[in-house]
Amino acid sequence: MASLSPATQAPAPKFRQVSVVLWIAALGLFWLFWKHGAGLAPWAFDYPRAWTVPVARWISQAMKWLLNDATFGLFTFEQATRFIAAVIEVPYQVALSLLSTGFLEGQGSTATQILPPLSWLAVIAVFALIGHRAGGVRLAALVVGCLGFVAVFGQWTSAMVTLASILVAVPLGVVGGLLLGIAAYRWLWVERVLRPILDLMQTIPVFAYLVPVLILFGFGPTAAIVATLIYAMPPMTRITLLALRRVPSELHDLGQMVGCTRRQLTWKVLVPSARDPLMVGVNQVIMLSLNMVIIASMIGAGGLGFDVLAALRKLDFGAGLEAGFAIVALALVLDQLSQAFARKSWGQPVQGSWAHRHPYLLAALATVALAALLGLVVPAVQSYPKTLEISTGTFWSNVVKWINVNYFDTLEAIKNALLLNLLIPFKRFLLSLPWAGVVALLAFAGWRLGGWRLAVLTAFLALFIAATGQWEKAMTTVYLCGISTMIAMLIGVPVGIAAAEKAGLWRWVQVVIDTLQTLPSFVYLMPAVMLFRVGDFTAMIAVVAFAVAPAIRYTALGLRGVDPRLIEAGRAMGCTRSQMLTRIKLRLALPEILLGLNQTVMFALSMLVITALVGTRDLGQEVYIALTKADPGRGLVAGLAVACIAIIADRMLHAGARNARARLGLAEVQE
Amino acid sequence: MSDQAAPQAKLVCRNLWKLFGARAPEALDRLGSEVSARDLAEAGLVAAVRSVDLAVQPGEVFVIMGLSGSGKSTLVRLMSRLIEPTSGEVLLDGQNLLAISKSEMTRIRRHRMGMVFQHFALLPHLSVLDNVAFPLAVQGLNRAERLKRASAMVELVGLAGREDAMPRQLSGGQQQRVGIARSLAVEPELWFLDEPFSALDPLIRREMQDELMRLQQVLKKTIVFITHDFDEAIRLADRIAIMKDGEIVQCDTPEQVVLNPATDYVREFSRAVPRAKVMRVTSAMEPGAGGADLAEVAGSATVAEAAPAFLQGAEALQVTGPDGAKLGVLRRDAVIRLMLEG
Ligand SMILES: Nc1ncnc2c1ncn2[C@@H]1O[C@H](COP(=O)(O)OP(=O)(O)O)[C@@H](O)[C@H]1O
Ligand SMILES: [Mg+2]
Repeated sequence: MASLSPATQAPAPKFRQVSVVLWIAALGLFWLFWKHGAGLAPWAFDYPRAWTVPVARWISQAMKWLLNDATFGLFTFEQATRFIAAVIEVPYQVALSLLSTGFLEGQGSTATQILPPLSWLAVIAVFALIGHRAGGVRLAALVVGCLGFVAVFGQWTSAMVTLASILVAVPLGVVGGLLLGIAAYRWLWVERVLRPILDLMQTIPVFAYLVPVLILFGFGPTAAIVATLIYAMPPMTRITLLALRRVPSELHDLGQMVGCTRRQLTWKVLVPSARDPLMVGVNQVIMLSLNMVIIASMIGAGGLGFDVLAALRKLDFGAGLEAGFAIVALALVLDQLSQAFARKSWGQPVQGSWAHRHPYLLAALATVALAALLGLVVPAVQSYPKTLEISTGTFWSNVVKWINVNYFDTLEAIKNALLLNLLIPFKRFLLSLPWAGVVALLAFAGWRLGGWRLAVLTAFLALFIAATGQWEKAMTTVYLCGISTMIAMLIGVPVGIAAAEKAGLWRWVQVVIDTLQTLPSFVYLMPAVMLFRVGDFTAMIAVVAFAVAPAIRYTALGLRGVDPRLIEAGRAMGCTRSQMLTRIKLRLALPEILLGLNQTVMFALSMLVITALVGTRDLGQEVYIALTKADPGRGLVAGLAVACIAIIADRMLHAGARNARARLGLAEVQE
Repeated sequence: MSDQAAPQAKLVCRNLWKLFGARAPEALDRLGSEVSARDLAEAGLVAAVRSVDLAVQPGEVFVIMGLSGSGKSTLVRLMSRLIEPTSGEVLLDGQNLLAISKSEMTRIRRHRMGMVFQHFALLPHLSVLDNVAFPLAVQGLNRAERLKRASAMVELVGLAGREDAMPRQLSGGQQQRVGIARSLAVEPELWFLDEPFSALDPLIRREMQDELMRLQQVLKKTIVFITHDFDEAIRLADRIAIMKDGEIVQCDTPEQVVLNPATDYVREFSRAVPRAKVMRVTSAMEPGAGGADLAEVAGSATVAEAAPAFLQGAEALQVTGPDGAKLGVLRRDAVIRLMLEG
């Protein structure tokens, strides 16, 4: 069955044999060195302290210099950061006043409110109107339900603080990303400069740049928004560049033929024509901003994220879960709204008076005014009455208590069994490996998979980790990430297979994983901590829950994308269902599944850093400590080490997928 | 330049080359203009247009016909200087387009050229009317004036009443009508159409060809029309240039292309075309004047167009020139012989 069709033929057998022999030889050498090399070359096992390159100190010094001495001629670096802070501060204060605090006169505790914030009913009504405009009654109902949930469960104030940050971060992120993307499209050198930065930004963990941002902008919402922008802008830039490149060349020609100037070509032809993919980018910016605003509660964002963080620190599950649910509701609203706008195509222009052309705006203004007036008379209109709030905090605490009383032994037994038999042995194994041997083996693997360039890259990155004295912590990260990825794949691939075989199931699975992916990573910590308290095992559970979605998605999409003609051929040859799956579909879907594995690893790494909050001992913890100590060098170096791991995994898996695709004779996909 | 048509020609291409690939101009200098396709391929270059010489006369429909990849689009983009040639000249009314400044070129494109695209290239965010008015908006014309002119164009192409529709709400044929209206909105002298009907169903395609001929009778533009469909070329063209691998292998009237194909390649195309459809009656008539009672037929008509008169029982037709002069007599048996030959 190996030669079903030309498309599935393996390369020349001789070549494969050579490859296998080389691999066996390399692994054999590695094993020998591991078992017997400790006496010969102890430096290869424990990286000598004297050889450590003090990159962290350099970064900290550079940072100090930036803060104290750097100038751009006309103004100093510090003035520049102050300026950025001011630009963000003003709209943020307006948004916050509007949604949460009201407009105040005076300072601090003596301040008096001159204008109340928008009434909760008005906010819900405005969102409902937006929902109706974008997706009809159903979307409006969903929006009302979610926001109503937030109000009823007493999370309104925090949610509005979070929303205020998002309202400022999203427009800035979208416009900034769009402009950068356009610049990269227009000038090749901009793209050359941006590309490696974008690649790095995608892999560097968020905590890592929280530290420098904290130092440059101080603790508070402004710093949080800066961090959010740094986090959410690169994907928008990338999507803009791709979207502009995909505008049909005919439209480009059209612009030239009618004599557009460069600016007209960009703003009147290219950007409007790229609207659909750009809207996908806007959706991304919104969801990433939400995720980051929650995480940035560590540097003073406040709002729902702060509630979760405080609850985590106090191990107050009830409060944490409630805030978590509110985040989920908010995520759902923002995601559904922006997706609905992305799906909507350009409408026909409406003629008539201003009111005719803007019925929704008019309705929104009327609602706001009406609610404000009513709010003066009826307090319940102005802010949701405390007496009607339902607190489920105690309920959830009781649920957790009940679970712990009744199932403590079972849960503990599962946890210990896995820890003792899987996690700890694997960790010991990884930590016992000689760093020099691992670097060499990685270089070899890079060479086999992607030629000497990949070999040099992987060796260099691995060496960076060792040379900055982070080898052990990095191995802990690799161990947690590796185990979590493995379990996520063990769950995700079978689910993906089942979903691919049954169209009905796939629809449901899709809804579930889409929803899972919109949730900010912080939310995943809460249930894991509730059941298993802190430690590596808890971290692993949270990471698996977060990273299983791509494993499912790519497996299902890969299987569903198999050329139907090959399936026909298989059927004609009388394959059984299971033969069809194992011999045809899974083989052909292998490249796609490898990409899924890659995504799973990336997701796992990004979540792993956040699990530092529940007490892991890896690079994530290092970053987290740096954050609490405001030590930018330490934080960035540890962050770069995580990025190194991510890049190594990413490049190798991509090369693997490319090889698999070439072997199967499938077309190269454009990414 | 020996070409006597050159002084009054609208658009002239002289020894025009376009090579795609790195360092193309140096390669062309090195290899010389007698270079073969194989040598170019070895140098990593694609010769999309090779030593093209042609002259388009004012008011004529000049069709460039060739299979996919033969370099038609590249040639028409060279003519409008959307891309720079590797070598050669493009003259518009005797002015070398390659020598003028960028802003001057923009001015020429804005006011003197129009282009219609294979996939319509409509802007998805603008209504039909705004799409048609778009070239005028780019020029900075005020809104009232440009909408007035755009409405007239929309009406001209038979889309009155659909002004407010969005492009995606229209059928393919209708979308291309919008494309045509837009290209005409600036009242260009030179009208490029790059496979405008290739993306349409055959029935719609015929309808659009008729529409184009109707428009041309009113507007009398100088048209450069690209197609890969030989029948379409025969139907529309005053003259056809047939392209193969970037070169023009024959440039002649439809009649000459069919009756005297220059190469076997051209013969392959023309084989299936009925002679009667391209042959003018002047080529099939006997010289001299017939009787006074004969019905008349214009010398510029094709034999196929004259044939229905014989169905009504005529034995011969009087062929007349544009000035009414009697050129000759078209006899029934000559027509039948032609029709039977296929
Ligand atoms: N930008 C380009 N870069 C490289 N090769 C091109 C480019 N544009 C066209 N070509 C090549 O030039 C040849 C002619 O293309 P084109 O003019 O589009 O042909 P046609 O319009 O007749 O189908 C083709 O072989 C095509 O692959
Ligand atoms: Mg073409």
